[in-house]
Amino acid sequence: MAAPAATQYGSPDVDAAGQQLFDELIAQDSRIEPRDWMPEAYRKSLTRQISQHAHSEIIGMQPEANWITRAPSLKRKAILMAKVQDEAGHGLYLYSAAETLGTPRDKMTEDLIAGKARYSSIFNYPVLTWADIGAIGWLVDGAAICNQVPLCRASYGPYGRAMVRICKEESFHQRQGFEILLELANGTQAQRDMAQDAINRWYAPSLMMFGPPDDDSPNSKQSMAWNIKRFSNDELRSRFVGMIAEQVKALGLSLPDPDVRFNEDTGKWEHGPLDWEEFKEVLAGRGPCNAQRMERRREAHEDGAWVREAAAAYADKQARRAASATEAA
Amino acid sequence: MTGGSTTGDDGSTAPAAGPAEKRQPWPLWEVFVRSSRGLSHVHAGSLHAPDADMALRNARDLYTRRNEGVSLWVVPSSAIITSDPSAKEQFFESPQGKDYRHATYYTKSEGVKHL
Repeated sequence: MAAPAATQYGSPDVDAAGQQLFDELIAQDSRIEPRDWMPEAYRKSLTRQISQHAHSEIIGMQPEANWITRAPSLKRKAILMAKVQDEAGHGLYLYSAAETLGTPRDKMTEDLIAGKARYSSIFNYPVLTWADIGAIGWLVDGAAICNQVPLCRASYGPYGRAMVRICKEESFHQRQGFEILLELANGTQAQRDMAQDAINRWYAPSLMMFGPPDDDSPNSKQSMAWNIKRFSNDELRSRFVGMIAEQVKALGLSLPDPDVRFNEDTGKWEHGPLDWEEFKEVLAGRGPCNAQRMERRREAHEDGAWVREAAAAYADKQARRAASATEAA
Repeated sequence: MTGGSTTGDDGSTAPAAGPAEKRQPWPLWEVFVRSSRGLSHVHAGSLHAPDADMALRNARDLYTRRNEGVSLWVVPSSAIITSDPSAKEQFFESPQGKDYRHATYYTKSEGVKHL
């Protein structure tokens, strides 16, 4: 529910009592709800995380929507449309959750369009072939699921509830991607090569989706103390590597990383070095498709302005008519 | 879309943002979904829409893409009255010492059938 915070902030008594209840709830691993008192830093950190997550879903529609007309069959077009529609839905669930923290959705949209807000770096890579759509479903959505399942237990109620809904829908995304790759892997040599090429290009970017290494992730520690994040970036990345290292065998293809192995001593999966300079460049807006994604988002928003205005004008007219009918009666 | 690549993924540069839009934000609505006959409507989430009719249509598209419901309610968020979360103790009666409100409090009849 998107009610604005009703709690009075600023008075020392209220803040002290609020902090105490907040700390108790976090210690009990209970949930914080929109109208509860919460530390300003918690509100700010969540607003940043949830709105970035929402922006990622919305921007994430673009690379796949570009392929709807080129999907190889009517069935694949229908599947891809359903997936893109889901991404829009996920964006809206998350904007609603972020709004409960007090920032209006229109403000978040403006921030995205003005280039003030971030979204996942993964969507700034080009989608070159049909096999990329498979690799995105399998690796990108797979990594997203790995990240999101623990977020279902995030301490902020509306975020956790949005994640539950999203995770349920996300598993179809991963499976359809895997199936695309499986069909290509069982096709001609050219199709197998295309599938392998897509995996080669999406492997490292999808591992970087978990965020910077733990020793270079300033927000992680606080986020874990607040029970927002449950596992560190490296922990989740290692789990994901273990999953795809097994899954790739079913495809009869390989991961482009000779260093992937299970470390018996630590009980964790390991992978080769990742190019964190590239990650920072893409995040800073200098990836292959950043400018194009932003331009398209802006264009879509501006093209939709007349629809929003017309709908608001129609609602006003209906409300006025209803009011004058009541007066006349 | 500018650019000549088949996917449109060529990283062309973006223009500056257009003029700011002048309009009131659409009101917020809370959505309740009845998942099947015989069950209550349950809060599913919220959305923005200019009027009730659009709120209902948006709710259908947003919250029932997979047959999740047989009936929808949309309620203006501003119409919902809530209790004060910080007044929990004063507002909700303490259950302490009131075990007798639960059937498990009555143990003497143990062993008597259908009771």
